[in-house]
Amino acid sequence: MSPTLNRRRFLLTGAALGGGLLVGCSGQRLGEGATFAPVDGQVALNAWVKITPDDRVIVAAPRSEMGQGVHTGLAQLLADELDARWDQVSVEAAPLARVYANTALLLNVSPLLPDDDGLLARLTRASLQTVGYALALQVTGGSSSIRDAWEPLRLAGATARQQLLAAAAARLQVPPAELTVQDGQVRHAASGRTLRFGELAQAAAALPAPTDVSLKPASAHRLIGQPVPRTDIPVKVNGQARFGIDTRLPGLLYAAIRQCPVFGGHLRPFDLQAARALPGVKDVITLNEQAVVVLAGNTWTAQQAVNALPLQWEEGPHAQLDSAAVSAQLRAALQEDGTRFRHQGDAAAVLAQTPAPRRLQAEYEVPFLAHAAMEPVNCTAQVKGGQVTVWCGTQAPSLAQWLAARVADVDTDQVTVHVPWLGGGFGRRLESDMVEQAVALALRTQGAPVKLTWSREEDLQHDMYRPAAMARFEAALDEQGRPLAWRNKVAAPSIGLSTMQRLLPSLAMDMPDKNQIEGAFELPYTVPNLEVRQVRSATPVPVGSWRSVGHSYNAFFTECFLDELAHAAQQDPVAYRLSLLAQQPRHQTVLKAAAQRAGWGQPLPAGRARGVALHESFGSVCAQVAEVAIEGGRLRVHRVVAAIDCGTVVNPDTVDAQLQSAIVYGLSAALMGEITLKDGRVQQRNFPDYDAIRLADMPRIDTVLLPSTAPPGGVGEPGTPPVAPAVANALFALTGERLRRLPLRPAQQVKTT
Amino acid sequence: MKLRVNDHETEFDAPPDMPLLWVLRDELGLTGTKFGCGVASCGACTVEVDGVAMRSCVVPASALAGRSVRTIEGTPDGIVAALQAAWVRHQTPQCGYCQGGMILAAASLLRQNPAPGDADIDQAITNLCRCGTYQRIRAAIHDAAQTLQGARA
Repeated sequence: MSPTLNRRRFLLTGAALGGGLLVGCSGQRLGEGATFAPVDGQVALNAWVKITPDDRVIVAAPRSEMGQGVHTGLAQLLADELDARWDQVSVEAAPLARVYANTALLLNVSPLLPDDDGLLARLTRASLQTVGYALALQVTGGSSSIRDAWEPLRLAGATARQQLLAAAAARLQVPPAELTVQDGQVRHAASGRTLRFGELAQAAAALPAPTDVSLKPASAHRLIGQPVPRTDIPVKVNGQARFGIDTRLPGLLYAAIRQCPVFGGHLRPFDLQAARALPGVKDVITLNEQAVVVLAGNTWTAQQAVNALPLQWEEGPHAQLDSAAVSAQLRAALQEDGTRFRHQGDAAAVLAQTPAPRRLQAEYEVPFLAHAAMEPVNCTAQVKGGQVTVWCGTQAPSLAQWLAARVADVDTDQVTVHVPWLGGGFGRRLESDMVEQAVALALRTQGAPVKLTWSREEDLQHDMYRPAAMARFEAALDEQGRPLAWRNKVAAPSIGLSTMQRLLPSLAMDMPDKNQIEGAFELPYTVPNLEVRQVRSATPVPVGSWRSVGHSYNAFFTECFLDELAHAAQQDPVAYRLSLLAQQPRHQTVLKAAAQRAGWGQPLPAGRARGVALHESFGSVCAQVAEVAIEGGRLRVHRVVAAIDCGTVVNPDTVDAQLQSAIVYGLSAALMGEITLKDGRVQQRNFPDYDAIRLADMPRIDTVLLPSTAPPGGVGEPGTPPVAPAVANALFALTGERLRRLPLRPAQQVKTT
Repeated sequence: MKLRVNDHETEFDAPPDMPLLWVLRDELGLTGTKFGCGVASCGACTVEVDGVAMRSCVVPASALAGRSVRTIEGTPDGIVAALQAAWVRHQTPQCGYCQGGMILAAASLLRQNPAPGDADIDQAITNLCRCGTYQRIRAAIHDAAQTLQGARA
């Protein structure tokens, strides 16, 4: 596409014909300045940028900052096109408005192959973007924030710049072409005169928005691609950062909750009056027979009181549920045909014709996982004078608003949602259960605000878990060890169904679910006969999005089984993969980069081995090489090298940080993450039995960012899927033990041969 | 009840078994000290008591009468200031929720060992960070230690 963007063309065509991440409404996505609520002499040039009288540039951030650096990245996009100085830029959380909808989010539910660029695929993607806009989805997730913002924020910056230039041209009585923006000022080189943003903003805002705006070529970017420091870091080292859990309001009531520990159970009646008489207790409230909440003057008193209540639970139909039953259910589900997501050739026939020595099969399994963000689940709400106010570190403020309105029985425009910093999200904060609870409580406190803080035990035992999942593979190799046929069936609960049961139970239907099978059906390797199927198998355990969603398990399954094929073919795992990637130059480049940086093929100290994995997710391709040892009977990961092609890198320091983060998150799950069930309950209670990597176990992580001028891919999640298979494959290289279940619990010692 | 917090004498009403964490957060409004687990496992609630790192979620405030508590909001001394500057230089925070506790745990380490090696850091910094900032934390501690040594030399 030409770098000159015509707003009319945006309006009329959009992504289907233009390509890239545009919706038919990209022009509309500039929005109106009034939406960004200018105050104190600020002037908003559109919905994305305000200029202050003292020349500060304030960028609207409608995405939740949970450590991924999104506020900084969004500001870089806009400020680069505006030619602002970085030190004059700040970021402000945007209010809720359709103009801030995330149109890239729903691309993650499309069952298209990533490299499908046909007309139908383009139309499908454009439709999903339009739906995201129509639903005004103000949601942070699916590694989609920068993918969504790439066009509109640059357009907003470029448009604002052009308006400032036009205003300056009028003021100085010179042609706009003689003016430039340098260091956050408009300059007229011929006369040496300069005008500040602050003195031009008012006049600029009065001008009609230009219809033809040029975006810079990549070579002219000054902020995009630079490791500018994150805007939120100074307040995060001195205690000034306010997270949702830090909300303080006059007259605040502090709430502690105990929810039914058994899935499908409910609360038995108990003596509420006696409970209300406990010391320090201001009220005791039950929520839908599912939970008991104590209100008190501080969190500690509320927690102590809720723990002291003599609660009894009607355990319901799932009181016998345990992890073995879930495994047995998934294994039985693998006998079903399920839904076909990928099909070419005739894998069944080829498998039937291939003699046993060249046929492989294997079964893989992963457990449920909790998110365990450092900030426990919490929400503060106030209902006063028909208005509902919510303070919540949520990834989904537009859903929070809708659900708060539903609980309070008011219109959504009577609900204000404030989104402070999030103490980690990882998908848990896409859910709004805490919002519904806090609003339900606030309806019963005569206008007093209520802060509901879950204990860590509640947080771990009442998550929307990463699904348990199981896969069965069959493959046939030719005489040279190349895969002739690949058949993979994945049994797991559907996150889509579980989510709909929470949000709109009357519309919840069992439907094909791309997120359940993502990372399995897109297999990038050349295999002439290929069949990938999904069996959706619901359990009473609610499931949700956990960093990288279906990729989190399908990468483990697929990349480990591919390693089994390489071993059966007696080939080097990197060379074997490369031989099957002739059609995938991007994957090849990334894999080679990781192998090279890791010193693949070079000798290691005794007792160490390397393993590799390669996986595409959220529009980015990531390869990792893990270096492992067994020390003191424990699996120890010494080093992880990660190479990524994530398209244009907006901030290399953020990408490096996100890769480190994604690797540690995935490694914690690979080495120790497991939520188990017994008697219908989650057995894990707190960090001592649901631990994660700590500093002493931290591997050295090296990252390689491949240069690219393609539109950005996702960054927050793509680093998570490859780490478990890279480590499992390294463990196999080290000990010869093929572990097909997470977390990895090696029984064998290092090979001595 | 009385307590010396960030060089100020404070007075508050609280049950005698109320942990320091909740006194700081709910009674004194010092929300930089975070609740993470309530069982002294994750370290998000780390403060310094007389210069030694302590997990405030399991220590009754009443047990600390006469002692001096430093939270992340306190006016930084040389060690804390050096750590904060190093944290910014290394762009450590990710979500930031655990970092106040991390910095105070690191401060306590540097008070006892001005030039810690990797093994010393492994042993002393046992706080949990779910964003995985450990590599940058390690680098920032070494960096701060060097800055402080340079200032002393």
